[in-house]
Amino acid sequence: MNTKLETIDYNLYYGNFHALADISVKFPEKQVTALIGPSGSGKSTFLRTFNRMNDLIAGTKYTGEVLIDGIDLFKIDPVALRQNIGMVFQKPNPFPKSIFENVAYGPRVTGMHDHKKLEEIVESSLRSAALWDEVKDDLGKSGLALSGGQQQRLCIARALAVHPTVILMDEPAASLDPIATLKIEDLIHSLSVNYTIVIVTHNMQQAGRVSDYTAFFYTDETRTGRLIEFGETQTIFTNPKDKRTEDYITGRFG
Amino acid sequence: MINQNIQSIQHKDSDIFRNLKVRNTSQNIWFSIMWLAGLITLIVLLLVVGYVIIQGGKAINWEFLTTPPRGGLSGEGGISTTLGTTLFLVVLTLLIATPLGVGAAIYLIEYGGEQALTSPVMRALIAIANFAVETLAGIPSIIFGLFGYALFVSALQLGWSLLSASLAGACLVLPTIIRTTEEALLTVPDDYRRGSLALGATKWQTLHKVVLPAAVPGIITGIILSVGRIISETAVFFVTLGGSARMPTSIMDGGRTLALHLYYLAMDTNAFDKAMGTGAVLVIMIILINLSINIVSNRLTAKIRGGK
Repeated sequence: MNTKLETIDYNLYYGNFHALADISVKFPEKQVTALIGPSGSGKSTFLRTFNRMNDLIAGTKYTGEVLIDGIDLFKIDPVALRQNIGMVFQKPNPFPKSIFENVAYGPRVTGMHDHKKLEEIVESSLRSAALWDEVKDDLGKSGLALSGGQQQRLCIARALAVHPTVILMDEPAASLDPIATLKIEDLIHSLSVNYTIVIVTHNMQQAGRVSDYTAFFYTDETRTGRLIEFGETQTIFTNPKDKRTEDYITGRFG
Repeated sequence: MINQNIQSIQHKDSDIFRNLKVRNTSQNIWFSIMWLAGLITLIVLLLVVGYVIIQGGKAINWEFLTTPPRGGLSGEGGISTTLGTTLFLVVLTLLIATPLGVGAAIYLIEYGGEQALTSPVMRALIAIANFAVETLAGIPSIIFGLFGYALFVSALQLGWSLLSASLAGACLVLPTIIRTTEEALLTVPDDYRRGSLALGATKWQTLHKVVLPAAVPGIITGIILSVGRIISETAVFFVTLGGSARMPTSIMDGGRTLALHLYYLAMDTNAFDKAMGTGAVLVIMIILINLSINIVSNRLTAKIRGGK
């Protein structure tokens, strides 16, 4: 299996604070990798490394290497990189624009102005995000008028519209009800055919249901996040090597 | 236990009942005091506005609105040229102040913070800029007038003119526009900015396609507030606009705004009815402006809630 994303001895600092330490891991292409671990263990920070959203916080420094398709990610212009690596946030964040404009936003800012093509992209993205049938007659309606679950699928459609190869998801179902959560999980499954997905989740069952691979992060009193264990989800959940992984998965802490 | 409590609440001799009565009474007293304060405020406001409009209303007719003041001590004539001057001055002042104020606010909120973190010089400059905006907002307007007179009217030799007055007026309303624009930008959720950047938009695209449209109702509120400020200002224009009752034909002409005209009428003439009429027109204009602020802010709320 091809490696899509890779980090080698990756360290991240916010000013003097050592946020992530010595992370070396390879995420396989077109698979779902779940990042699990207690709050403050650096999962989300690690996730934001890949689309360089950490760069927006002043005073971040890093050492080590981060590669996408074998290319040094920090040598790529972040604006170009983010067209290739989409992100879905914890809280659905559609723009205060129509459903159509939300999805067309990415293609538009990257230079697409042909309305016919935009319509095609909007339709195919909404279909891929399993939202088309619910909104096809209402594309002019504000994205904010949708339910929370629909808003999150709209955000996924918006991310798909720029044709990324990787989708980063930061607890995408954390603010949704169980039924909406299930829809998002089904969607993650179907998207993994075409996309490499990395998802942060606090929900063990969710990690078990949606992911092919799991990375367990942990931190101690230093508050520095470390990768404890990485492997196939099946193995991590049934036969973890590290005691801390086992304790976390069985719910003894976290 | 619970049953017992409920019984003792109903029982007039119980401690719980007496305690509740005291607490409810004290609540009623305080609410009555606040209600009274609200009522008095309302009555005072209605009296002032009602008096001006009723007294002034008698002087207002089509002729009053469409003839120029005749000047002199009699105070005869209408207010047509002062309406025109006010309109010109508002437009010209906003043309100067809006781009400056909105631009400065965008810089301070969207770019400045970032630069302040990396450079101590920028941090100092931005701190000074913020302090200056705050100070300017609290300065009496006659100071802007004196400054405008010294710089625009005499040093730059622009004379008593619409140009001098609108430059001085722009200084006066800049803090208002900067502050309201800053507040409007701060109410735009960071989620929008992150969402846009994560899609491969540049910072500038994020700003003008997502952040600014979401902030527009707030920015407009600031501009409308400034309109009210310019319409009701006298001190600044007293020393920069001259007092000519003629219609200005270029930005180098002087003139007389409604508020200035009212001041002249009240101070230099016996035409009390005309002064009241002019005052009523001013009050009505301010009411209309405040109504339009309400409409804009309602639209803002609807937008945030996700209406179409």
